[in-house]
Amino acid sequence: MTPVLDVRGLAHVYPDGHQALYGVDLHVHRGERVALLGPNGAGKTTLVLHLNGILTASAGSVAVSGLPVTKANLQEVRRRVGVVFQDPDDQLFMPTVRDDVAFGPRNLGVKGEALDRRVHEALEKVGMAEHVDRPPHHLSFGQRRRVAVATVLAMEPEVLVLDEPSSNLDPASRRELAEILRSLDVTVLMVTHDLPYALELCPRSVVLSDGVVVADGATRDVLSDDALMRSHRLELPYGFDPRTVPAPPGR
Amino acid sequence: MGAGHGHRLHFHGHSPVHRARPHLKLLALVGFVLVVVATPADGYPFFAGYLGILAVVVAVSRVPPPYLLRRMVVEVPFLVFAAVLPFVAHGPRTEVLGLSVSETGLVAAGGLAIKGTLGVLASLTLAATTEPHDVLRGLERLRLPRMLVQILGFMIRYLDVVGAELGRMRVALASRGFDGRNPRHWPVLARSVGALFIRSYERGERVHLAMLSRGYDGSAR
Repeated sequence: MTPVLDVRGLAHVYPDGHQALYGVDLHVHRGERVALLGPNGAGKTTLVLHLNGILTASAGSVAVSGLPVTKANLQEVRRRVGVVFQDPDDQLFMPTVRDDVAFGPRNLGVKGEALDRRVHEALEKVGMAEHVDRPPHHLSFGQRRRVAVATVLAMEPEVLVLDEPSSNLDPASRRELAEILRSLDVTVLMVTHDLPYALELCPRSVVLSDGVVVADGATRDVLSDDALMRSHRLELPYGFDPRTVPAPPGR
Repeated sequence: MGAGHGHRLHFHGHSPVHRARPHLKLLALVGFVLVVVATPADGYPFFAGYLGILAVVVAVSRVPPPYLLRRMVVEVPFLVFAAVLPFVAHGPRTEVLGLSVSETGLVAAGGLAIKGTLGVLASLTLAATTEPHDVLRGLERLRLPRMLVQILGFMIRYLDVVGAELGRMRVALASRGFDGRNPRHWPVLARSVGALFIRSYERGERVHLAMLSRGYDGSAR
């Protein structure tokens, strides 16, 4: 089966000569939820920006469901890969929630009733349908994060890429977002420092450190490997032991 | 930045003025301002009439007049400029309260102040009865180029974000003993404005990335 995300030998050198990725291999298959872990500066964001062709590979290749990420395919690649950025204020830039969720599908040429339906369905999935006519800056932070997810869902992506989805959320909003993510029938790649969140949502974890993949396996095994965790500046919250946490609900 | 409040200039209501189509309100405002500006500076009966029309609109909209009056302080710098005119203009002089002032300057200043006040009051009435995004929709109906409407939309969207950022910077400065009234601290102000500019610029870049990620190809649709 063709993987949804197929990253091979990906290396990236920034124009200033700084190299962020040194040959990354990553495969994500349909329906998987994968956590991308790693310390600050490991190259996680650089990797994410390659997945939808914002950055271009210096070496290696990226393919989305078999479609190589190249200049000619950018529009289709960006439909297939939905990136939710960390700060919802960066993602939500239109005067109303409706316009914002419609922005992506409209760029894909969806119009009229079909567009309205997509907007409504996407907002319904994140429980924000009744706020469709509100300006984004009047929503709470948690609500804005959910709308940001809807803006990407409206493009009916094959894989949802989330950058720090739980950052700055209060515990209730964090749990609500987890419920929403679990209810979605979509492949998820989640960049996070929130290791309990990764354990709760993602059966599989990939650890990126200094621009290479250093671990790829079941989240519980990765988080329980003390030597691995220590050598890559990954730390669990005080008192949190992945070995004794019960299995998460749902899929 | 809590939930549930409108824009600072907007007064929530359901009057006929609130419900009127935004593009018609915009046309009415532009027409009104043009007529006011075209009236000679000494056409006082006309000005009284214009004020009467505005008063009726405000009364129908049920926006409390003090609400509008408080927001009219934006006009103050303009009025100061008008007040200088009688002293610097040429022409025959006349005595007011023991001061020698220019007659033509006095008339010009009066006209300027009245016209400015009417224009500001009319604009505030529009702002108080129309949500910002409805104003944008109205401009779009009036065939303003899409790109301009989009830029205005960005401004409305990010005014609060940048304002909140500035507020946080001020709190952070004050928490470390910064005093805006002390001239020795003023260089810091210049640096914070620079920092705010850079932060806004970087946010602009991140917003652009987010737009590209959702298939934006530079054309305004």
